[in-house]
Amino acid sequence: MKDIQTGYLNMELLRFTTAGSVDDGKSTLIGRLLYDSKAIFSDQLEAIEMASKRRGEETVNLALLTDGLRAEREQGITIDVAYRYFATPKRKFIIADTPGHIQYTRNMVTGASTANVALILVDARHGVIEQTIRHAFIASLLNIPHIIVCVNKMDMVDYSEEVFEKIRIKFEAITAKLDIQDIRFVPISALHGDNVVKRSANMDWYQGTTLMYLLENIHIASDLNLVDGRFPVQYIIRPYSDEFHDYRGYAGRIGGGIFRKGDEVTVLPSGLSSKIKSIDTFSGELEEAFAPQSVTLTLEDDIDISRGDMIVRKDNEPKVSQDIELMICWLNEKPLALNGKYHLKHTSSDARCIVKEIAYKVDINTLDENTDDKAVKMNDIARIKIRTTKPLFFDSYKKNRITGSLILIDEATNETVGAGMII
Amino acid sequence: MSPLTSRNINHLRELESESIYIIREVAAQFEKPTLLFSGGKDSIVMFHIARKAFWPAKVPFPLLHVDTGHNFPETLDFRNELMKNTGTTCIVRLVQDSIDKGRAVEETGFNASRNKLQTVTLLDALEEFKFDAAMGGGRRDEEKARAKERFFSHRDEFGQWDPKNQRPELWNIFNGRKHMGEHFRVFPLSNWTEMDIWQYIYLENIDIPDLYFTHEREMINRDGVLLANCPYIPLKDSDRIEKIQIRFRTIGDMTCTGGVESPASSLEEIIQEVAATRTTERGTRFDDKRSESAMEDRKKEGYF
Repeated sequence: MKDIQTGYLNMELLRFTTAGSVDDGKSTLIGRLLYDSKAIFSDQLEAIEMASKRRGEETVNLALLTDGLRAEREQGITIDVAYRYFATPKRKFIIADTPGHIQYTRNMVTGASTANVALILVDARHGVIEQTIRHAFIASLLNIPHIIVCVNKMDMVDYSEEVFEKIRIKFEAITAKLDIQDIRFVPISALHGDNVVKRSANMDWYQGTTLMYLLENIHIASDLNLVDGRFPVQYIIRPYSDEFHDYRGYAGRIGGGIFRKGDEVTVLPSGLSSKIKSIDTFSGELEEAFAPQSVTLTLEDDIDISRGDMIVRKDNEPKVSQDIELMICWLNEKPLALNGKYHLKHTSSDARCIVKEIAYKVDINTLDENTDDKAVKMNDIARIKIRTTKPLFFDSYKKNRITGSLILIDEATNETVGAGMII
Repeated sequence: MSPLTSRNINHLRELESESIYIIREVAAQFEKPTLLFSGGKDSIVMFHIARKAFWPAKVPFPLLHVDTGHNFPETLDFRNELMKNTGTTCIVRLVQDSIDKGRAVEETGFNASRNKLQTVTLLDALEEFKFDAAMGGGRRDEEKARAKERFFSHRDEFGQWDPKNQRPELWNIFNGRKHMGEHFRVFPLSNWTEMDIWQYIYLENIDIPDLYFTHEREMINRDGVLLANCPYIPLKDSDRIEKIQIRFRTIGDMTCTGGVESPASSLEEIIQEVAATRTTERGTRFDDKRSESAMEDRKKEGYF
């Protein structure tokens, strides 16, 4: 049973998002990854083979695997983010497959919000187009640590190095003004499998690795913020039992940094200090805990702490303010209202806010800042200022995705209408 | 030890941590949550994680079991034993009662099942106890309609799911705000696969019903599909009754859960079998085979 033992202990979880335009072969690529890693089962394959035939299609339509809703199959489009899963001996992968249509920026933002890696597909015949820039911008805005640009359909351009290099140079030039930490380029043919899982015999000039090798080996362990200790208190544990009569634990998922038994901490908003008495889990006490572990902390001193408070490392405090500047992606048909009031959720904290200023809107095709047209509609991205009913404890989104993100909720409909990244 | 060195947890611990976070979020955001328990492996894992989430306190919400009356007796014995050992309350509501009250009508015919009828009993129970959030063990890898499901899935006052108008879900921020009479279905295991569940059961040494392991059983062989011989399934002339060494990959009603011939008698063997198998676990379930949209249609009406 050595396989099981070492297998599950060494597997890392990698979440990636895929973005592409219509017909650039995104579904084929996902189908290829799933098929070559044996994540498609024979009954699934039979089902989509039959469905493809019924629809009069000549080849097996791998998009039918991900388009799960009746309306999607009927209209032949992807409406919503679909999550797909596969594993290799090294890693378990979660794909957030987002539709590439122009009106679905909100889906791309949703899929990107939890991703370690963004796969951006470029059709080798068409090169870098407006949508490519939009995908790169969203990946950078959402602070995805790694981007892999897959130049697809290399078979249609005679596996030409020149075509690939041109696209690489153009992409790098355009994205130079974006803040992207790590970009890789892979020439592939998803249809024929070149450089997807197996190395291509058709592109001797390419010295890099296959896409699968990158996905399996890209270093993600240091992507999390392990410096700034942040523990949003989610729930208070009070057993009221004989055995744990006076127990008072603070349950939460560590949002940043490493906490150790005995560490000096500060509690916000009270500003009171204490020391970590224990880090408790069902399976026993821990000496240290780090993001993204869910644990329960107990403190040496009896302090009044409730949900929405934050335990942080002493002398390393987040910003505390009621006036917040952020980039917002608008997700709802009802436009953002200047001076409008919204419900706000940030870590485990709830508040209300008013929109004080719309500074500019981003033209996501040219990346220009537009200060003339400030009507923020669905799928628009803008820089705004808000004032909240109570202070938030936050870091910039670039520094910490957990303490730097928030959502706005319409107070009448309760719908999630805005995704905010604090500057 | 330098605070700058990288830290790593394996995929099962990361999934566990995510699920604990979701379950705690439910307890914090809702007034009266419940955890839907079926006695199957997914709900057993979900309950195990719920116990971890609140330790050393008890799970702060009751479990709810919608009992079709067509369960394997082994499942019910297991449920009762688990509740006793953990000191947990499990509310049981019977589909038979819904039928007796005229709220649901029994299907007839050879492939009759109470699967669809459960929705009535479930929605009635949610209303009876004023539950505003019901956690289910559904996983996105199970079925294509489930692949589009949110962690926090909003239901209107009729319990309906509107898949085309779901709330976007970003980062780890979950919006459980609702109007009076509406409720949420929450799926803490959304990101788990069948393999993750088995590996986790092995890692944590979690008890599961014996049905999952190989045993000899009298089965109905209906055109190659193996169903447990029981009073709930009317026999066809072409059905053959055979004694077979069998186990179940999923556990639902006896009427719609197919068995697989298997010698797997331990978790290690099951994991190896799952790794080598080329069909999905829902492939053994008749309830999903009724049409391409069977799951989506049931979910829209308020199914699990």
